[in-house]
Amino acid sequence: MEHVRDLGQIRALIASHKRRDAVFACVGVVALMIGVLTFAALFADMALKGVPRLDWDFFTSYPSRRAGQAGILTAWVGSCLVMLTTAAVAVPLGVAAGLYLEEYAPRNWVTDIIEINITNLAGVPSIIYGLLALGLFVYQFGFGQSILSAGLTLALLILPVVIVATRESIRAIPQGIREGAYALGGTQWQVCRDHILPYSSAGILTGVIIGMARAIGETAPVITIGALTFIAFLPPAPVKAEPPFVSFEWLMSPFTVMPIQMFNWTSRPEAAFLVNAAAAGFILVLMTLAMNGLAIWLRYRLRKKIKW
Amino acid sequence: MSAVVPGEISAAPHSGAMTARLAYRRSRIWRERTIEGVLFLAAMVSVFTTVGIVYVLVKESVVFFQTVPLRDFLTDTQWTPLFDDAHFGVMVLLSGTLTSSVVALAIAIPLGTIIAIYLSEFAPFAVREVAKPFLELLGGVPTIVYGYFALLFVTPILQWFYPELPGFNLLSAGIVMGIMIIPYVSSISEDAMRAVPMSLREGSYAMGATRFQTATRVVVPAAFSGIASAYILGISRAVGETMILAVAAGQQPNLTLNPLEPAATITAYIVQVALGDLPHGSIGYQTIFAAGLTLMLFTLACNIGGHMLRKTFREAY
Repeated sequence: MEHVRDLGQIRALIASHKRRDAVFACVGVVALMIGVLTFAALFADMALKGVPRLDWDFFTSYPSRRAGQAGILTAWVGSCLVMLTTAAVAVPLGVAAGLYLEEYAPRNWVTDIIEINITNLAGVPSIIYGLLALGLFVYQFGFGQSILSAGLTLALLILPVVIVATRESIRAIPQGIREGAYALGGTQWQVCRDHILPYSSAGILTGVIIGMARAIGETAPVITIGALTFIAFLPPAPVKAEPPFVSFEWLMSPFTVMPIQMFNWTSRPEAAFLVNAAAAGFILVLMTLAMNGLAIWLRYRLRKKIKW
Repeated sequence: MSAVVPGEISAAPHSGAMTARLAYRRSRIWRERTIEGVLFLAAMVSVFTTVGIVYVLVKESVVFFQTVPLRDFLTDTQWTPLFDDAHFGVMVLLSGTLTSSVVALAIAIPLGTIIAIYLSEFAPFAVREVAKPFLELLGGVPTIVYGYFALLFVTPILQWFYPELPGFNLLSAGIVMGIMIIPYVSSISEDAMRAVPMSLREGSYAMGATRFQTATRVVVPAAFSGIASAYILGISRAVGETMILAVAAGQQPNLTLNPLEPAATITAYIVQVALGDLPHGSIGYQTIFAAGLTLMLFTLACNIGGHMLRKTFREAY
């Protein structure tokens, strides 16, 4: 730094540095605002174009060649069933894996490999999961282009999210709780079942919701395994009139999901279909916003409420 | 685990009650072991996933490279796998991926870093509390929605400034992709900056440095290994992004580094093929695995590079 002697010069230097501080603070706000404005524009764009299209028929109609009669019935039913499958696979697997890594895993190379794998999988592009599912689930295991294949694919995709959330919330439980339970003669599993899992459940739930919000918007892997873009029938109902009352036929049914329906409409030239796409997009954004918002709120409450 | 269960050996004579207790203990140990085994298998699913990905990609690619020589794959300047006169020059797809990623990163890295510095060093508590979850929401919007937004909102705006811009182009897809990636870059960079010990900042302030000087000359260098991993994550997001490009950048293979042109990327090509009805085992079917393998190797190289970068710049306190 240059040598300054005279007081006026020092004052000028300080003032210019303080100005730089203020300028950077402004730049920071502007950068933040770019994000905020983009989001606002996106939301407003979807809402303005899509909301007028939303009516009861839109939810209860099959896709159609005529844009005005087309609806998202098969898409939202498909999305719900795929999400159900995803949750049924990802939640038990993710929680079990997180529990193992935090409470059971010995410090050795096997554990290291598992941990490195989880970190790396979180960075693998989602379309690669689609290729994995296409080669393995669809053809090797013979599940076909079904809800089961899609559910399993998305479950693998969100597994790292669930595992990391589980581990973090288990790690937050103080050691004293475990020691107290062991002192009373509890086995390791009893400690986990009666103490660790209940106390970490809210944190795990947050992770599960964030993972599901991601899965519901995922398009690429589901397209890759070969979901149909135009489908005019519903999967078989999961509930039946005659015993045993539940049926799993729907697992093997062809399907479409919300983001694929939106993609299909977006790639058509007619303006009327673009309105449909905006309406479907609005519902998708609303759903992911609601789920993420719920997760953020849960985390906020957790941070305020729980005092060990 | 055995440490939890008290020793089984007892000097007392084996009365009926004793045998029952021993049997109970044995069953308890057995159950504990089984549960541990099940949990271990659940944790191993991540390893199986990686093995599965490598297996599927390599298996199909090996068949592919028996038909198409690796040299052609790397040096051919045309990508027309579904034509009669088939060419398999992956360079064409890589150029699209590269161009769109560069545009996205030119937006995400500066903005993400500035936001991270601002939130970690400048912003009042209340602003940070609101901004962080909001940025998370930005990262949670489905990419297909971003694709729609790029095609039907950003492109028309860009065309207003530059009327010759085609309806499908890498620029608008790249810009929207960059904004989508901002939260990933900013949140990890910010975490890294906040992990820098307070004493370093205090030392800097005590020397008369301003906030900006402290942020750029003390905090950022100290947190650089974390910031580097944020950049690496951003790069792998950009390279692997699919739907924004499939919707807004067009799906025509085009060997170009000009963001104003339409071009297909590796990911957009995979989607395009998957949408058609290619028979299992055909050469077209195998190309998507070869393309996927290229993508995977590209991300892997990024990750290894990032790991080395992190090691070089790691600061220990």
